[in-house]
Amino acid sequence: MTALITEKQGAGKAEPESRILLHATAEDHHVARMAAVALGLTILEGAIPSPLPGVKPGLANIVTLIVLARYGWRTAVWVSLLRVFAGSLLFGNFLTPGFFLGLSGAVLSLLTLALTHYLPSRWFGPVTQSVCAAFAHIAGQMAVVYLWLIPHAGIVYLIPVFAAAALVFGTVNGLIAARFMDNEKTTTYPQITRITQIKSD
Amino acid sequence: MQYVKAGDWWVLLVASVCLVIFTLKVWGGERAEKAVIRSGGHIFLETSLSINQQIEVPGPLGLSLIVIENRKVRIAKDPSPRQYCVRKGWLQQAGEIALCLPNQVSVELVGSYKRYDSLNY
Repeated sequence: MTALITEKQGAGKAEPESRILLHATAEDHHVARMAAVALGLTILEGAIPSPLPGVKPGLANIVTLIVLARYGWRTAVWVSLLRVFAGSLLFGNFLTPGFFLGLSGAVLSLLTLALTHYLPSRWFGPVTQSVCAAFAHIAGQMAVVYLWLIPHAGIVYLIPVFAAAALVFGTVNGLIAARFMDNEKTTTYPQITRITQIKSD
Repeated sequence: MQYVKAGDWWVLLVASVCLVIFTLKVWGGERAEKAVIRSGGHIFLETSLSINQQIEVPGPLGLSLIVIENRKVRIAKDPSPRQYCVRKGWLQQAGEIALCLPNQVSVELVGSYKRYDSLNY
């Protein structure tokens, strides 16, 4: 309480030196907004019952795909990783095996998207990116499962199930993302202006 | 379908083919090469599956009849009371096994190499 008062008094005269100000740029706000949409989709699909742990539609990746197409790979990395971290905090599984499974999948997906981003867009659309990212996702997860959780060759028998799910959900997510992008060609969407210099007033 | 471009179709096709091949390889199991017949804990006979034959194996309760036909094997007749090994039916993949415990007779299919599992370590 006293600390608060002294700070108020100090603030009356001049800017207190101990205060930390985070300048959030327009881009930061936008990344946060997109990550929030992705989070909403993650929670939504948490309500869908899954036949096997780990088989999920991955609806949040639709957001990642759209962000990748519109704002580039760096922004997609921000949105995707923010979603993984904030999602784990919401679900209460931060730093649990489930969190590391999601993180490894997301990281490998993003690395794959960095490569598929360079495919000629005349021939390859969001469906290709989505399917490749989905396969990379299960590859990352299976790597963590094998190297850390279940170091047994028996998990290879599960790969067909996960791969089939990746193919189906990857295609569906890619189609949804393509549809959204198609809609947005006619509508306007917020432009990001990169602020490279932080105002220091 | 205007959202799927030509390259996308190819990616989907290649992914599907890879998935089918991989699934068959993983779940298909290994081709069985020979049958190992045990009686009383000792190997009674190891025989190739390419020869159709009927083998009578003696046990404490009597004779078990093992039939090999078309690279498949089954226990056709057995004196055990519950007939579990007879009801197991035809075995055709490496690693499959039929056990007649009361008569101490078993038949196991093995591939070109022996795989490790929790029973054989």
